[in-house]
Amino acid sequence: MELGLHVDTSNPPFTVIVVRGELDVYSAPRLREALVELVSEGHRKLIADLEGVEFLDSTGLGVLVGGLKRLRSNDGDLSLVCTQARVLKVFDITGLTGVFRISSTLEDALAG
Amino acid sequence: MALVAAGTKSVELSVPSRSEYVAVVRLVVASLATGTRNLAADRIDDLKLAVSEACTNAIEANRKAGLDAPVIASCWEAPERLEVCIADSGTGFEPSTLSAHPEVSDPERLNFERGLGIPLIRSLVDDLRFESTPQGTKVWMTMFGGPDSGDATTEIVRTVVERD
Repeated sequence: MELGLHVDTSNPPFTVIVVRGELDVYSAPRLREALVELVSEGHRKLIADLEGVEFLDSTGLGVLVGGLKRLRSNDGDLSLVCTQARVLKVFDITGLTGVFRISSTLEDALAG
Repeated sequence: MALVAAGTKSVELSVPSRSEYVAVVRLVVASLATGTRNLAADRIDDLKLAVSEACTNAIEANRKAGLDAPVIASCWEAPERLEVCIADSGTGFEPSTLSAHPEVSDPERLNFERGLGIPLIRSLVDDLRFESTPQGTKVWMTMFGGPDSGDATTEIVRTVVERD
């Protein structure tokens, strides 16, 4: 399934990247490129909305970790929006639930 | 020593070592598991994820070895289990040499963007075995539960109905 990426800048200072579809070894490089581009354009407070992600594996997870690292080293942050059990499970198993701030709604993430 | 699978091989799929085929393999395995096994939906999701991780590693192993070899996925069905084998033609690895990741509280943890695949597979499937030689690696993943457990429930229901 095609990966959908949509960047929403209507909630400054936050930039929301809405991710849809399957995030695996095939599609994850596109998300990596998008995150790198956003950081290079000066976006620092990123929120990745994963509600539309139907599948996430460790390659997708690695891209999110890479994005978080890149932002933190630039005085920024990457938080996530996700309520889907099958996606949250991947964060749980790998112990990354404690590394990312994960909100249930975009409103909560924007409030943070 | 070669590992012997339980059951009968029902599906064998050979795909090019390219990332776009990982989705094909996980969908075929998930369809088989959904259609023939009595597994809960979240267990099917676990299997899909485990297959995705194993295929990603297999593609990487072939690439590192500089080989244009396919990734072979095979499914073996026994009454109480489904076994999925993902095979590559890479140079092999020693599972016991896999290093542990730092704790989440350790800032170093963020340097581990990769290498999460095998720990993930281990926690997702009921049994995981490796058969690795310098000619390639086979990753055997087992999910317990099958038509039999479903039949057992049916049997109980039938007994209750007949008794009434």
